[in-house]
Amino acid sequence: MSDHIVSAYSEELERLSAEIMKMGGIVETMIADASRALGSNDLDLAKEVVARDPLVDAIESDAERQIVSLIARRQPMGHDLRMILSAMKISSELERIGDLSKNIAKRAQRLDENVNDEMRNAIMRMAQPVSRQLNNVLNAYASASPDKAKAVWESDDDIDNHYNSVFREMLTYLVEDPRRITAGAHMLFMAKNLERIGDHCTNIAEFVYYQVVGDYLSELERPKQDQV
Amino acid sequence: MTDTVRTSAPSAAAAKHLKRRRARDGRFRYYGLTAIFVALGALAVLVLTIGSQAFSAATYHVVKYDVTLDPAVIAPEGANRPADISRNVEGFYGLVRDNLLTTFPEAEADRLSRRELSDFVTRLAVLPTARMVANNPELVGNAITLTAPLNDDLDLYLKGNGVRERKIKTGTVSSVQGEEDGTFRLSGTEAFEAVVAGLAVAGVDRAEDAGQPDVLLTAGVSTGRLTEIGAGSARMELLTGRAQDFAQARPTARIIVSAESERTISDRQIAWVLALKEMGRVDRVPRWTLLTNSDSTYPELAGGLAAIVGSLLTMLITALVAMPIGILAAVYLEEFAPRNRLTEFIEVNINNLAAVPSIVFGLLGAALYINFLGMPRSAPLVGGLVLALMTFPVVIIASRAALKAVPPSVRSGALAVGASQMQTVFHHVVPLAAPGILTGAILGMARALGETAPLLLIGMVAFVGDVPRSPTDESTVMPVLIFSWSNNAERAWEPLTSAMIIILLAFLLVMNGLVVFLRRKYERRW
Amino acid sequence: MDTTQGTPAMMDDTLTLPRTADGAPRIDCRNIKVFYGEAQAIHDVSMSFPDRAVTALIGPSGCGKSTFLRCLNRMNDTIENCRVEGEILMDGENINDEDVDPVLLRSRVGMVFQKPNPFPKSIYDNIAYGPRIHGLANGREDLDAIVEKSLRRAGLWEEVKDRLTAPGTSLSGGQQQRLCIARAIAVQPEVILMDEPCSALDPIATARIEELIDDLRSRYCIVIVTHSMQQAARVSQRTAFFHLGNLIELGDTNQIFTNPREKRTEDYITGRFG
Repeated sequence: MSDHIVSAYSEELERLSAEIMKMGGIVETMIADASRALGSNDLDLAKEVVARDPLVDAIESDAERQIVSLIARRQPMGHDLRMILSAMKISSELERIGDLSKNIAKRAQRLDENVNDEMRNAIMRMAQPVSRQLNNVLNAYASASPDKAKAVWESDDDIDNHYNSVFREMLTYLVEDPRRITAGAHMLFMAKNLERIGDHCTNIAEFVYYQVVGDYLSELERPKQDQV
Repeated sequence: MTDTVRTSAPSAAAAKHLKRRRARDGRFRYYGLTAIFVALGALAVLVLTIGSQAFSAATYHVVKYDVTLDPAVIAPEGANRPADISRNVEGFYGLVRDNLLTTFPEAEADRLSRRELSDFVTRLAVLPTARMVANNPELVGNAITLTAPLNDDLDLYLKGNGVRERKIKTGTVSSVQGEEDGTFRLSGTEAFEAVVAGLAVAGVDRAEDAGQPDVLLTAGVSTGRLTEIGAGSARMELLTGRAQDFAQARPTARIIVSAESERTISDRQIAWVLALKEMGRVDRVPRWTLLTNSDSTYPELAGGLAAIVGSLLTMLITALVAMPIGILAAVYLEEFAPRNRLTEFIEVNINNLAAVPSIVFGLLGAALYINFLGMPRSAPLVGGLVLALMTFPVVIIASRAALKAVPPSVRSGALAVGASQMQTVFHHVVPLAAPGILTGAILGMARALGETAPLLLIGMVAFVGDVPRSPTDESTVMPVLIFSWSNNAERAWEPLTSAMIIILLAFLLVMNGLVVFLRRKYERRW
Repeated sequence: MDTTQGTPAMMDDTLTLPRTADGAPRIDCRNIKVFYGEAQAIHDVSMSFPDRAVTALIGPSGCGKSTFLRCLNRMNDTIENCRVEGEILMDGENINDEDVDPVLLRSRVGMVFQKPNPFPKSIYDNIAYGPRIHGLANGREDLDAIVEKSLRRAGLWEEVKDRLTAPGTSLSGGQQQRLCIARAIAVQPEVILMDEPCSALDPIATARIEELIDDLRSRYCIVIVTHSMQQAARVSQRTAFFHLGNLIELGDTNQIFTNPREKRTEDYITGRFG
C-alpha cells in the first residue's frame, strides 16, 4: 500500500504495527520459556518469565494511547481504520496471552516432587503447537496475509484436540497416584491456559483477516468440535 | 521550537540589502505623497483663484433713490393699467436721473456731465421697481425708496478693483480762498507734504507722456481735483459739494495712478460716487440677482437663472433618454445576450462611443436633430438629446460594471428556487446593482452638465434673456453661459464668470454628493 | 434541532407530495455525459438516488461531482457551452427533455450552495420569495404559515421568529445556510441538492446543518456534495466516489468508509492520493 500524503500518519501507523510485533515477540518468548522452565524445572527461568509480564502490559497501554491519539487526530478510514482497530484488539489479545503464559510460569514454580516427567512432557507437547500457532499468526500479521491468518484460524481444532488428549492423559496420571492431585490440578490449568492461548491466536487471526480483507472470518463456516 | 526567536544578526550583505530595500520603500512613499500634494495644490490654486474672483461678485453696490412716484411721469395713462406701468422704464428712469441731478446740480452744466451722471444707473435697472409698482398701484403718488444697482465700473471702483489709487490723509487745511477762475486755493502748514511725497512715488509707475497723476481731495460729501500742489498750499478745482467743507478739515487725498483717459470712469464720477457713499445711499448687498436674473448686456444686471433652468431642462431630457436606454442595454448585454462575435463587436463599439470627443456628438446632433428631424435650434430638447447620446455609453459601462459586481451566488440562489431568468434579473440582480447603476448614471449626467462643445454646435450659445418655459424654448446652459461671459470685454464680467463657475461647481458637487449618499445608503454587502 | 418543540401540527405532511416507497429510487440517472465545450467533464455515469435517504458524492476537486449534482436540477443550463447527454428520470420522466421547463424542475429539486447566499432581503422575504413566484400561497396568512413551517423544518424558527424583518444577511453563517435550506424547502421540493453546504461554516454550525440534514432525510431525497469525507460518513446512507469524471464506486456509506472495493476509493478516503 502506498504511503499517505501526510507522511507522519504513515509513520505513526508503522510505529503502532512495530509495537504490536514487539509485543508479539515478547509474548512468544514467554510461552516458549514458560514451557522450557516447566520441562527442565528451571525455577529461575520461570521467575524471569513472570517478571516479563509487566513489560507486555506497559507496551499494551502504550499501544492503546497511540491508538486513541490516531483516532482522535487522523480520523482513520478504510484500511487504516481496520488496521488500527485490529491493532487495539490484537494488543489486548496478546496481553491476555502474556497473562496466561505468566500463569503457566507461576504454576511451574508451585509444582512439587510428585510430578513425573510424563506429565511435564504432556504439557510441553501441547505447548509446541500453541507456540507455532502464535508464531504463525504473528507472521500473518507481519506479512498482512489473509491466507496465513485463515490457516491459523482453521488449525485451532488441532489445539483443541491436543487439549482433550492432554486432559485425558492427566486424568489417568491422577487416578494412578492421588498424591499427584495438587500438581495435576496445576498442570490441568496449564493445559487449559495453553488451550486459551490457542483461542486468543484464533482471535488474532480473525483480526488480521479483518484488517486485510475487511470481512469477518468468524462469519465463515468453521467445523468446530467443542467437546468439553 | 517556537521560542527560538530569530534574532537580528544578519550578515553585512544582508544588512546592506535590507537598508536599500527600506530606502526604496521610503522613496516610494515620498513620491506618492508628492503626487498627492501636487494634485491638491493644483486644486487649491484653482479654487482659490476662482473663489476669490467669485467672492467679489457675490456682493454688489446698490444706490438708494428717494423718489416720489409722480403719476404724471410713471403712469400717464392712469394707475389702473399695470402693464403700461411695468413697461414704463423711461418714466422710472427719469425719476432716478432727476433724483441724481437734484443731488448733484453741478452736472446740469454740460451734456458730458449729464451723460456721466446718468451712467450711474442703466435704464433696465429700474425694471424690477416698475414691476413692483405695477403690482402695487396704490404706491403711485407716494414717496418710495427706489434701489438700483450701481454701474459695474463704479461698483468695481468701490470694491477697490477698478482704479489704482493711493489714499493719503492730509494735514489740516486752515483756509480756503476762492480765486477768480473758479478754483480754490487751500492752504495749511505742511498740509500737503504727504501728498507731494506720495506723488513722487506714484509718478514712477506712470507713463512719461501722461503728465501728473490726478489727485482728488475729499472732505465729507465734497470732492475736488488738485491742479497745483505745494507742501503748504494747493489749488483745487471743485468737482462736487461746497468748498467750505475743506476749511478746518483734514481731507483725504486720492492719488489716482491711471490717467482719466485710460479709465472707464471719470474724476467727476468718482467724486459723485464718493459723495453718494458719504450720504449713506450706497449699500453693498449680496448679489442674489446672479440667481434670479437672466442674462443681460449690463454686468450689474446679469444673472444665470435662464442658464440654470436651461441646464435643468437639458439634464431632464438627458436623464429621460440616456438612463432607460443605457440601463436596459446594460441589463440585456450583461444578463441575457449570448457571448458571441456580435455582442463582442457591440461591446467594443460602446466603449469606442464613450471615447468619442464630445464635439462630434454636437455635429451629429446638429445634422440629425436640427437639419434632418427639423427640431428647434437652441432648445434644451435638442441639447438634452445630444448630451444623451454622449452619456448613454457611460451609463452602459457603469451599469455593466455594477451588474458584474453582483455576486453569481445571488443569481444561482434565485434560479435554484425556480425563478426564471427575468425574475432573477429584475427581482434580485438589478436591485442590488441599482446604487452602482445610479452612481454611474449620475456621474455621466454630471459630465454632461459641464459639457459645452456639443451645445455650441446646436446653437445653445445664443443670448437668451428670458427663462425658458419648456424644453422647446430657446435656452442656454451654465457652461455655455460661462463661455459667453468669459468672452465679454468689460472687466466686471471677470468676477461674474467666476461666480457662475462656482455655481456650476456647486451643482456638480450636489450631484456627486448624491452619488456618495446613494452609495452609503443603499450599497449592500453580501 | 428543536423538532421536539414543534407543535404536532407543524410536523404534518401537508407540504410534502406523495412519495414513493422508502428507499425506492427517486432519481435514476442513465449514461450521463457532460461536456464543457470540447472537454468532457462526466463520463457515462449511471446511478440512482433513493428517496428518503442522503446520498453523498465525494471525490477530489475537479472530479465532476458538483457538475453531476448540477445536472439534477439543470443548473448546468445556465452555463454557456455546457452540454448534458443521457437520461435523468424522475417519476419516469426524463428531465433533460426539451419540453421540461427547468424553472418548474427547480421548484421540485431544491438546491443549497457552498457559500450561504441569502437574498439581501428580510428573513421573511427570503423564504416567501419562492412560494410567491410559484403562486403556492393563497394570501398573506397562507404565506406566513409556509414561512413558519419552512423555518421550523430548518430548525431556525426559534432563533429568528422575533426578527423576521431583519435582513437575511444579518444572520451568522450557519444560520444563513439554514435560511437557504428553509428557502429551498419552502417551494415544496422532492429532492434537495446540497453543494458543499458546510465548507464555509465552523464546526458547530456544521454540526447543526448535519443534524438538520439527518432530520430532513425522513421527507426528502437528499444529495450532498462534500469535500469532507468525515461529513459524508456522518450524514449519508449511500456514498458515491467520483474521480476524473467517472463514478468509481457507489455503495453503502459504511462499506465505502470501512471497506471500499476499489483501490482508488481506498486511496482517496485514507488520504493516499498522489
